[in-house]
Amino acid sequence: MAIRTKDLIDLEFLSAAEIQEILNTAKPMKEVMGRDIKTVPALRGKTVATLFYENSTRTRLSFELAAKYLSAGTCNISASVSSVKKGESLQDTGRTLEAMGTDIIVIRHNMSGAPKLLGEGVKARVINAGDGTHAHPTQALLDMFTIEERKGHIEGLTVTILGDILHSRVARSNIWGLTKLGAHVRLCGPPTLMPKEVEKMGAEVFYDIDEALNGADVVNVLRIQLERQEKGMFPTIEEYAKNYAMTEERLKRAKKDVLVQHPGPMNRSIEIPTAVADSAQCSVEEQVTNGVACRMALLYLMCGGETLV
Amino acid sequence: MSKLLLKGGRIVDPAQTIDIIADLLVEDGKIVAIAEAITDDGAVQKDVTGMIVAPGLVDIHCHLREPGQERKETIATGTRAAAAGGFTTVMPMPNTSPVADNPAAIMYVKDRAKDTGVVHVYPIGAITKGSNGKELAEMSAMADVGARAFSDDGRPVASSRMMRLAMEYSLITKLPLIAHEEDLVLVDEGDMNEGYMSTVLGLKGNPKAAEETMIARDIILARLTGARLHVAHVSTKHGVAMIRGAKAEGLKITAEVTPHHLTLTEEAVKNYDTNTKVNPPLRTTEDIEALLQALIDGTIDCVATDHAPHTIEDKVIEYHFAANGISGFETALPLLYTRLVQTGKLTLSQLIDKLSTAPARIMNLPAGSLAVGANADIIVIDPKGEKAVDRNAFYSKGKNTPFDGEILTGWPVLTVVDGVIVMENGEIKE
Repeated sequence: MAIRTKDLIDLEFLSAAEIQEILNTAKPMKEVMGRDIKTVPALRGKTVATLFYENSTRTRLSFELAAKYLSAGTCNISASVSSVKKGESLQDTGRTLEAMGTDIIVIRHNMSGAPKLLGEGVKARVINAGDGTHAHPTQALLDMFTIEERKGHIEGLTVTILGDILHSRVARSNIWGLTKLGAHVRLCGPPTLMPKEVEKMGAEVFYDIDEALNGADVVNVLRIQLERQEKGMFPTIEEYAKNYAMTEERLKRAKKDVLVQHPGPMNRSIEIPTAVADSAQCSVEEQVTNGVACRMALLYLMCGGETLV
Repeated sequence: MSKLLLKGGRIVDPAQTIDIIADLLVEDGKIVAIAEAITDDGAVQKDVTGMIVAPGLVDIHCHLREPGQERKETIATGTRAAAAGGFTTVMPMPNTSPVADNPAAIMYVKDRAKDTGVVHVYPIGAITKGSNGKELAEMSAMADVGARAFSDDGRPVASSRMMRLAMEYSLITKLPLIAHEEDLVLVDEGDMNEGYMSTVLGLKGNPKAAEETMIARDIILARLTGARLHVAHVSTKHGVAMIRGAKAEGLKITAEVTPHHLTLTEEAVKNYDTNTKVNPPLRTTEDIEALLQALIDGTIDCVATDHAPHTIEDKVIEYHFAANGISGFETALPLLYTRLVQTGKLTLSQLIDKLSTAPARIMNLPAGSLAVGANADIIVIDPKGEKAVDRNAFYSKGKNTPFDGEILTGWPVLTVVDGVIVMENGEIKE
């Protein structure tokens, strides 16, 4: 079973079965990554372009390596949004890439909705590698893959997402994906960083971290940007940490075998103290590995790959 | 001189509270008779049996973009779009380049309308110089040359002191200030209504409170000054409630609502369709219900399109960067006829009142009536024929509409300005 829609904009538009298919396909892909010879010829002759309007070494590299391990050709384009606004439109840039023979365009953009706009303008398939505060579907996939790997299942788990939910595309994509696969999602952060009516997406909202952690199976700790403090959304980093840092002490509220996730890069001294970040309960590095595997699975399925398992 | 005889139509004129089957005779640009079985061999005759004959529509809030933004629209194209949509009188906002903040600019718009336009154009002048909110514009001098209201439209006067002074000063002119009610600090570059959809789409929310706090402020200042305040495109339930209270108190407040705020919710934004990006943003179902109720009970006096044409390039772009506005002239009437009259929410007479008689009355314009002796600004509406909106067929340069492809009824088939047919069956007569 391949992905039905031309573009992969968010998990919101995938069925539970499609999400599960991607996660299942990521398993053999991870196995490929563990081999001495890490390439398979699945996407030989295909070209994947990464079009990044935002700096992100991690995500770009992850997609690039995923494509390379599948033997696809890759090219990387960095652009700045300011030049786009003044010069060539996003759709024109996309059509240019397409005219050169690109099959899949992986786009990262700081404006919500940009991948959708790009997808409407090109025949090539578009994968959203993070757009504004909207969606980051591959991050959610790798988070879910990691949960499944550690816990054996997703259904019935309680997953607490902690931090700046308002500006988090990771949180939104995780809410869609996790709830579709039957997890209970809790959101916790200061009220000034909580999006309006987010409960309607199927998540529970908490302002009190202890309540939010109570009995949780997984905690996904989001990065807090200093810029939010500068914009007046909370008083000081110190006070943020007082209320919302994922400390060892607080972690005791959660289940004993709680899994701690972080999309990276971490602010070790702020939202996630080093003792927690480096603990066995924390899956930050596995998430990075699994990110490549999930992106391999997605690229494979989007190029019409058949079910592997 | 020229005569025009409309035979057998259903004449709906809220100004005279008539709704009758009769003939209507026009001579020398004036309505000279409404009666049964008029015969006049010298007149151009149009059989309008089964059709609705109404006063030409009046739009007190639109953007014709000239001078300075002619890629988006000109007075020539904008007034043709108006005529195609059944509007015979329009009031363009002053947010052109440069801003119409002085008598010469007002005269320029009037002259261009006379030379290139096909409907009546009554310009709106700016409240402050350059609409910068710092110094009063020459309201009195602009009124002398024909400005009919004042507004800093998309750039609401932020300073409460300046707005107070503007209201006081406007008393010289006896003309209303039209206020685009938004506290831009609270808007904080929000792209759409703040709520569930902004959360899902990851677009920055513009809270209803940004509009409501400004409505509250301006009502309070209207009370202080005794000025005439016209609230532009009200979009929220609580905004409506405050206007209702202010009217009950006897303040000189009027209000308008747009066709899109009456028919679309934030749900329409779901695919990042930038044609849904408007200011104020599309709200929610409970707001639409309150707006409709307010339109019926008179709290909202009229409908205004806020016709805001843009180029394709202004709209085929990331949502945040996209320009605000909908090209509204050519869909307003059939949209509201289909959604409000055919569904029984408004009577035909109420709709004509809200689109013609009422706006003419609140802006004191010689329009909105089919009374004998009135200017022969008349439209004929086909109450039955269905047609899909085709934005590529718009006379407006602005193809930015979220209603493209919608099948609508109640299209205007004849537009008469000063007794002259300017549009027939959708075609502008040159």
